[in-house]
Amino acid sequence: MSGWFSHFMNHPATYLKWGWVQISVTNLVVILLMFAIFLAAVFIPFPTHNESHDEIKNKGDKK
Amino acid sequence: MSKMWTARLREGWQRNLPIEKLIPDAQPAYVASWIYVFGVLTLAAFSVIIASGLVLAFAGPAWYHTSSFGLFVNSLHFWSVQLFFVFMVIHLWGKFWMAAWRGRRMLTWITGSVAFVASIATAFTGYLIQTNFDSQWIAFEAKDGFNSVGVGAVFTVTNLGQMLLLHVAFLPLILGVITLVHVLMVRKRGVVPPIDADESNTFENFSGALND
Repeated sequence: MSGWFSHFMNHPATYLKWGWVQISVTNLVVILLMFAIFLAAVFIPFPTHNESHDEIKNKGDKK
Repeated sequence: MSKMWTARLREGWQRNLPIEKLIPDAQPAYVASWIYVFGVLTLAAFSVIIASGLVLAFAGPAWYHTSSFGLFVNSLHFWSVQLFFVFMVIHLWGKFWMAAWRGRRMLTWITGSVAFVASIATAFTGYLIQTNFDSQWIAFEAKDGFNSVGVGAVFTVTNLGQMLLLHVAFLPLILGVITLVHVLMVRKRGVVPPIDADESNTFENFSGALND
């Protein structure tokens, strides 16, 4: 390992403290990323077919 | 004359979970949302964990600590666990906020919760059997916690043999069985609808949509 990565890996984690609450910056970043993925999963529209569901259903009924 | 237990089992299975429900080709339209993807993503990560774990178990630490490919499979096992937890927690958030225990889905919710706890135990024992300074540090920090709640004599985190067997045999089996029951319950009760969704929502036949 060399450079910033070596420096990063060979030092203890930085911790944030608010009273009794204590969390490493790394863990906080991971949790925030998970929140971001969660929000993206809720709000980004899922790619669907151009046909409406009713059109697909009607095609299925004709068979 | 009473029926054989095999006949009762078969009829009970067919009544509760017919093959059309077990292997469906249609899902409600509201399933077309990214938040519904995270359950199966968790299962996909779990599959990679089991596959890479089997390779590690058969090849042994002398291989995965020294050879390049061994280190790669070891890393694959570790990082698929990280993704497994990310996907599972997002799946949990999604299901919690849509109150996924509605519609007689209590057992689905409970098996999911138990699977979450079992996953933490499995991951924890995994950290303990890395056979490096990291695992030694974690074990000696954790032993005080387990001793303080009185279970240190039964669940001994500094006992590598016990932790190894729990991690590679007992806990994956328990987790696998709970996950299987969880998935079967999802199939039996169906995917939970969003809170404001119409329960009689049109089913989308994926095979029909793809063939047309």
